[in-house]
Amino acid sequence: MNEDTANKPKKLFLSGNEAIARGVAQAGCRVASAYPGTPSTEILENIAKFRDTVNCEWAVNEKVAMETAIGASIGGARSFCAMKHVGLNVAMDPLMTFCYVGATGGMVFVSADDPGMHSSQNEQDNRNLAKFARIPILEPSDSQEAYDFAQKAFEISEQFRVPVMIRMTTRTSHSSSLVDLGDFDPKPRDLIPYKKDIRRTIPVPAFSRLQRVDAQARTKAMREAAEKSPFNRVEAGEDGRSKFGFVTSAVAYQYVKEIFPDFPILKLGWTNPLPIRMIEEFSRTVENLVVVEELDPFMEDQIKAAGIKVASHETELNIWELNADRIQNLRSELLGDVPKVVPPAPAADLPRRPPTLCAGCGHRAVFYVLHRLGAVVNGDIGCYTLGANPPLNAMDTTICMGASVNLTAGMKKAGMKGRICSVLGDSTFFHSGLTGALSAWYNGTPVTTIVLDNRITAMTGQQDNPGTGRTLCGDPAPVTEIDEVVKAMGYKRVSKVSCDDLAGLEKTLAEAMDSNEPALVVAYAPCRIAAKLTKEGLVETDPAVCKACGKCFQLGCPAITRGEQVGPNRFRMKVDPSLCSGCRQCRQVCPFGAIKKVR
Amino acid sequence: MKTVNVSLVGVGGQGIILTADMLAKAAALAGYEVKKSEIHGMSQRGGSVTSQVRFGSKVCSPIVQVGRSDTLVAFDRLEAIRNAAELAPDGKAVVANVDLVPITVSSGQQQALPDIDARLREALPNVLLVDAMKIAVEEVGNERTMNMVLAGALSKTLPIDEKYWIEAMHELLAGRKAKLIPANEKAFALGRAAV
Repeated sequence: MNEDTANKPKKLFLSGNEAIARGVAQAGCRVASAYPGTPSTEILENIAKFRDTVNCEWAVNEKVAMETAIGASIGGARSFCAMKHVGLNVAMDPLMTFCYVGATGGMVFVSADDPGMHSSQNEQDNRNLAKFARIPILEPSDSQEAYDFAQKAFEISEQFRVPVMIRMTTRTSHSSSLVDLGDFDPKPRDLIPYKKDIRRTIPVPAFSRLQRVDAQARTKAMREAAEKSPFNRVEAGEDGRSKFGFVTSAVAYQYVKEIFPDFPILKLGWTNPLPIRMIEEFSRTVENLVVVEELDPFMEDQIKAAGIKVASHETELNIWELNADRIQNLRSELLGDVPKVVPPAPAADLPRRPPTLCAGCGHRAVFYVLHRLGAVVNGDIGCYTLGANPPLNAMDTTICMGASVNLTAGMKKAGMKGRICSVLGDSTFFHSGLTGALSAWYNGTPVTTIVLDNRITAMTGQQDNPGTGRTLCGDPAPVTEIDEVVKAMGYKRVSKVSCDDLAGLEKTLAEAMDSNEPALVVAYAPCRIAAKLTKEGLVETDPAVCKACGKCFQLGCPAITRGEQVGPNRFRMKVDPSLCSGCRQCRQVCPFGAIKKVR
Repeated sequence: MKTVNVSLVGVGGQGIILTADMLAKAAALAGYEVKKSEIHGMSQRGGSVTSQVRFGSKVCSPIVQVGRSDTLVAFDRLEAIRNAAELAPDGKAVVANVDLVPITVSSGQQQALPDIDARLREALPNVLLVDAMKIAVEEVGNERTMNMVLAGALSKTLPIDEKYWIEAMHELLAGRKAKLIPANEKAFALGRAAV
């Protein structure tokens, strides 16, 4: 096949996120905004490649991103925003009313769900939220569909004057396949001229009651459109068997197609409102209807509620990420013609390789000090959540973006004694730590907020934010200093201390927690990856001086390794030069001065 | 044709994603349908990394079923043992003779495997051990080309012509990285010769 297929039109090999970005640009979108969040981050990074046609930016949070897209839509432009699943929780407030007000220019957003929680704090099926908002859902199953659906989504949005949600998942966002871009030529569409219409755009009760009625009628009309959409189609099985027929969507379709090629499939790309009539007709052509979808029984419950019989089975499919193995287990149960797949448990004695804070990361110094101070630490969402792991063991809670500040406030209000603090990153502070800091100041709650200021949104892969001095497109931007922000709120106890100074950190953090006033400490150290400081210097241990006391091991630095054994469970320290970044942390921890700077 | 499955495993920072990209591009250039999958959530270094590539006349699932990988490429021996169950009974394992010490061992939380050599042979009896790091350092003079040595070894196990691999490499290293092409080509050729 190699030679005769080599001359076919060239397709691009794109991840789902790269394909979405190109679809958005090709649709003539003028405005795009997002806050980074795995697995959605690369969408805006790729839209930035088309900055000449799409005015794109990092917002400080998802609510800001969605409201910016809403403003652009009402202003007559096609607009877009993207977020990870938990980001939609933050953006739900504007969404739940914009779905009444309605889009002028097409407004589309991506919710990138994370089944299996590869890099998230929870697992949520955001199709429920789009249904709650009575808006259409499109679910691509590969990169080609991501490109095609993104374009069609804008048309649907304008046709029904509603925002449209594209539901991606970690697998569709981060897997790559070939995409035919067609005549790819992104150009911004002309603005639809703005006409003031407050009966639509100001949903006071008298107006919104009418819009509520419209929303009801619109759901019917959208369902009719979904019934006829080419995104929803029946695929016959390879040998025409009809004992089972499958209703499926998104990447789950790929697994069903792989494992059940011999059975008919109703492949749904437009899943809200659900094309119930199409499903009912399909169900009459098969003996047993089986629904396979990733996460909640979103379609299955609606199909059952419509009175359509769905075959029951014991194979659990409504938790974690699906894969072909799990669908093979379904086949094993339904047909018994394939064996069950039981992934072998990894041998218990294999050393694990968990993610760790990088060598020289400034966060480590703060957690080392907080551990020494015996503080209760309310953590947040970022690389620094790793401070909870041994040997640092310096985090007690993590809930969601920005929660750290308010959890401390609640603990203080509840009368909890002892040292308590909040720890969050610069980007997370801008995202939603700011409001909590203001609330604590207003109410006089003695919250100690420690901002791990590394001047980058690090965990999602080094994105810019209001502290970095650069925009999404790499243009210069003003730099916001967090200590100045809280001083403007009125904060009196504000300090800035380098993570390179362990004694200074310990003194400042202890004083802040022991004071009885709201305090904010900026613990400053640039992210070593972002600032290209992973090889800033190198240290080594003098084995003649090292007493094998083990203190340096408490840092949990990947460059600090066990050297010569000098007693039961006592080892001298040996630096791994391939990992050492040359920071000063271990030299300050060593009581004997055994660690020397080499360069 | 039957879909060909390749799993690439190792440690963050070893160049696994780039190698998977090169394989996927080479397969596409050879006219196959191809899908690639990877998980890159927590971006910190030092964690286990897996990428999978599937190619053939029609590819559905972007991920490979357990025990169905035709080739398992491991950039580290411990990761080869950890992922041995990915390999099909008649599959080939291409493993770099490299041992990166996990932080759980260097920090004393867990014991190193005392018999890694025996454990590797037990888990993957027909393993093709490649001195990828040694070749990269001593013969190419650039330890960062270790992934291309493995790519060269991998290429010998797959039905994709060498010219497509080279073309894919040139595409991936276009622009500022173009000066790295000669060293990478040399590493790739040495990898092919090593198996």
